Amino acid sequence: MESSRLARGTGRTYSGRVALIDRLGIRHMDGWIAFSALGLLVCSLVTLHQASRGAIPGSPDYYFQRQALYGLVGIVAMFAISKVDYSRFRELRVGIYTFLCASIFAVFAFGFAARGSTNSLELPFFTFQPAELGKLLLVLSLAGFVIDAARRGSEKGRTVRYLALGLAPTGLVLLQDLGTSLVFAAITIAIMVAAGVRWTHLAAIGAALAVFIATVLVLMPMAGAPVLKEYQQERLTSFLAPSSDIGDAGYQQNQAKVAAGSGGATGRGDQATQSRLGFVPERHTDFIFAVVAERYGFVGAALVLSLFALLFWRALRLMTLSKNFYGTLVAAGIAGAIMFQVFVNVGMNLGIMPITGIPLPLMSYGGSALIATFLMIGVLQSIHIESRAGQRGPRVH
Amino acid sequence: MKYQPVVPKTKSRSGTALRVAIIGGIGLVLFGVLFFRLWSLQVVTGERYLAEANDNRTREVRVLAPRGRILDRKGNVLVDNRMSMALQLDPIEIPTRVNARRRIFGSVADFMDRKVVWVRRRFRDEIKHNPPGSPVTLARDVADDLVYYLQEHQADFPEIQVNRVFVRRYPEGFTAAHLLGSVGAVTADDLSETDLPDLQGGDNLGKAGIEQTYDSTLRGTAGTTRVQVDSTGSAKGQLASETPVPGKSLRLTLNPKVQAAGEAALSSIGLPGGFVAMDVNNGEVLGLGSAPSFDPDQFTRPLSQTQVDALYNEDLDAPLFNRAISGAYPVGSIFKPLTAVAALDAGAITPNEVVQDAGKIEIADQVFTNAGEQSHGPVNLQRALEVSSDVYFYLLGAELNGTDKLQQWSSRFGIGRYTGIDLPGESKGLLPTPAWRNELFAEGGTDRGWVIGDNIQLAIGQGDLQADPLQMAVAYAALGNGGDVVKPRMVLQVEDAAGRVLEETAPEVMRQIPIDPARRQVIMDGLNDAAQAPEGTSYGVFGGFPIPVAGKTGTAERPPNGDQAWYAVLAPYPDPEVVVVTTVERGGFGAETAAPIALQILSAYFGKQAKAVSDGSGSIE
Repeated sequence: MESSRLARGTGRTYSGRVALIDRLGIRHMDGWIAFSALGLLVCSLVTLHQASRGAIPGSPDYYFQRQALYGLVGIVAMFAISKVDYSRFRELRVGIYTFLCASIFAVFAFGFAARGSTNSLELPFFTFQPAELGKLLLVLSLAGFVIDAARRGSEKGRTVRYLALGLAPTGLVLLQDLGTSLVFAAITIAIMVAAGVRWTHLAAIGAALAVFIATVLVLMPMAGAPVLKEYQQERLTSFLAPSSDIGDAGYQQNQAKVAAGSGGATGRGDQATQSRLGFVPERHTDFIFAVVAERYGFVGAALVLSLFALLFWRALRLMTLSKNFYGTLVAAGIAGAIMFQVFVNVGMNLGIMPITGIPLPLMSYGGSALIATFLMIGVLQSIHIESRAGQRGPRVH
Repeated sequence: MKYQPVVPKTKSRSGTALRVAIIGGIGLVLFGVLFFRLWSLQVVTGERYLAEANDNRTREVRVLAPRGRILDRKGNVLVDNRMSMALQLDPIEIPTRVNARRRIFGSVADFMDRKVVWVRRRFRDEIKHNPPGSPVTLARDVADDLVYYLQEHQADFPEIQVNRVFVRRYPEGFTAAHLLGSVGAVTADDLSETDLPDLQGGDNLGKAGIEQTYDSTLRGTAGTTRVQVDSTGSAKGQLASETPVPGKSLRLTLNPKVQAAGEAALSSIGLPGGFVAMDVNNGEVLGLGSAPSFDPDQFTRPLSQTQVDALYNEDLDAPLFNRAISGAYPVGSIFKPLTAVAALDAGAITPNEVVQDAGKIEIADQVFTNAGEQSHGPVNLQRALEVSSDVYFYLLGAELNGTDKLQQWSSRFGIGRYTGIDLPGESKGLLPTPAWRNELFAEGGTDRGWVIGDNIQLAIGQGDLQADPLQMAVAYAALGNGGDVVKPRMVLQVEDAAGRVLEETAPEVMRQIPIDPARRQVIMDGLNDAAQAPEGTSYGVFGGFPIPVAGKTGTAERPPNGDQAWYAVLAPYPDPEVVVVTTVERGGFGAETAAPIALQILSAYFGKQAKAVSDGSGSIE
């Protein structure tokens, strides 16, 4: 906030710069959101540069360079979308929702298999994962539908309606990727909470969820009809019983935990053998937080967590600042999505959550996720800009 | 609010604020959990995880030391090492779950081109005896192409290792197989029985013969290499290492010519038997062997049960059995010089006292006969030894009964006692005494107590007496050197890998026995006559030998087996330096089978051949 006030102040004096700043919309952006997002991108690039050096033979900075490129594209996309009044997305809700479901479904048609689940489309120069962008699309469309339904029907009917609209794409994604579908579910819940769905209804949903999880993970396998494949089941439950069998999911998770723990207060720097020698699995994507924790210790890991906390807080703040209720719901959905992903991913890295394949927003290597997250940041900025425009309006006119 | 939202809110501002507070509260709790977890993991228990991480990246690899070589007296290599590529499974990498294990055995079987059942059985058999954690060897001498294939595809078979191991090599084939013994992987029992601190699973241990007795000398000290490994276990770099210390070499007392001659002569007979050739003054064993023999190399590979059975099979004369030091037999007439020493010392007879040998004699209502009831007429001690008069010695046995002199002197000579040779598995034999027999009778172990007949039988090396060739060699050596009971030994010196002498073994005398030189001379004269006087029992064999010798034949009844043939000889007469004792199971008369072997050995020792002699009247025993 300080910075944006400052920008406005200086803008009056140096009109040439004002033009550019105004054109980019920086003046009305939330500086803390931009700071935390860019800070996390920098953390990601530093970590990738130092930790995954030489991971791909012949191209030592492969991950770093590509992530930097994706980051650049993401920042541009963030600016672009922040210029758009997010409220227009409400009008496009049906189209967005259709595109969301269609794109996820398209993965079945054109997708290719990657690690046991198909979740991406092969485009020239880029492998696009529709589900990553889908997180934002779900937020924008579901928030719109919630506004539509706001005063119609009974409370129970509305709850069911929201739930159905949220769960349809969630179910579609579940067919490909458990982690992403969990994020979809979290977004749905967050928006429902923000929309004012009755606590009793939310409690009932929570109870149903608990029963569902117990059935899938415990009852069905016991009854001899497992729902999940063996390796999926193993991944979900192994954090409860760390294994020493190499090749087990539990072994990998335990190695990530050892890596994080061995970082101590200040980190091991280049002595970070757990990540350097490959004991930490997926060290540039799902387990990048363990790499940060090992290399930079509690200091580094806490910095990353703090940046996320800052981002989360500023997103929540937008819920109250928003010029309309749609903005409140969108901010809630985005805040919920980020919070959920951070908790599940970091929890997985620290050995208190199961392995679900959820990447760490802005940190994990991956173009689709990074650009999609920057788009979310852009939408948050749009909410901020619009809220200020609303307040500024009378003074200007 | 001047500007209303586009859509009227369903809830008041305060309602939204509550919702924001709830979501914020949940977020606060979740972040709190993460921060707390991060704190406890890194700051509180960080040291532990750091240790675990350091442990993770280094692996200690034991580098086995090459075992010392075994040489004969002249430096010919009897045992050394060769490198072999052994295909091993690391049991730690083998999961316990049935399905996972089956999958791994399947891939190992594919790799080795074997059946899964074979892999599973070998793994089970090996792990049964192995100390926990030691590698399971599935095959030795793996072909090179398989090794290269594995090196290229190691990632596909993380549980299979091909390790260089040292395997014993026997350049001289069967030579001295019984002495050298064998080497085998340490078993769990070995580790619990022996108290060897630096021994670990996967190491080798001497299991028999010299390899066993001198295991600590030969074994050396294994080194360790600490390597940095990545998560797949591939080495990324070497850290500190301790180089292995190779085992020391042993130079045996074995005279290669003597050993070769003994083994050749014994095996030419085609019957089970044994021989010992020893320096009478210092106990150095110049040759020692047993027939039938075996190929020591077969112990370098995993043995099938059939092969093991064959080595112990009595019907195949148990090739593994070392008759020279473990074959306890009645010794027959080669015992007579010991009886003579005892009788002279007891005053039961004087050297020149003449006894009428009528071919048989009746003592205590029992008739004792010479072999074939042959009569030798009047005999004194020298003559009695020359013609091997049983009647003469029957009388001595009868007279010495009740005095304990015969037993006392026999024991002094080492009958019924361990010689102390540096080989495992030595037999003690049996020296029959009245006390022993009476006690056995009291316990119901036999049908009668001690009678005079027992002493009479002992006097000619029959009855309950049991001794092995080595014991007789030690006894004859004492006679030959004037009363020193030497401790036989196999090792001349300990050398390092370059052949520098590290340690020489010193001769040891177990005890000295007071043999009167004049009386000893009479006995030596009698034995010389027995070997080389025309009427001597082995004149036919030694009559034409250019070196004067003092030798005695023995033919022991050993029901239900055929007669045991014996020969014991000291050379050169009258001041011997070497003693040779040979025995052949079911060999009949000593002069027929045992004496010719002794002649071959002495020929090799002195480098002199015997001239053929027209057979004298040489009496049978």
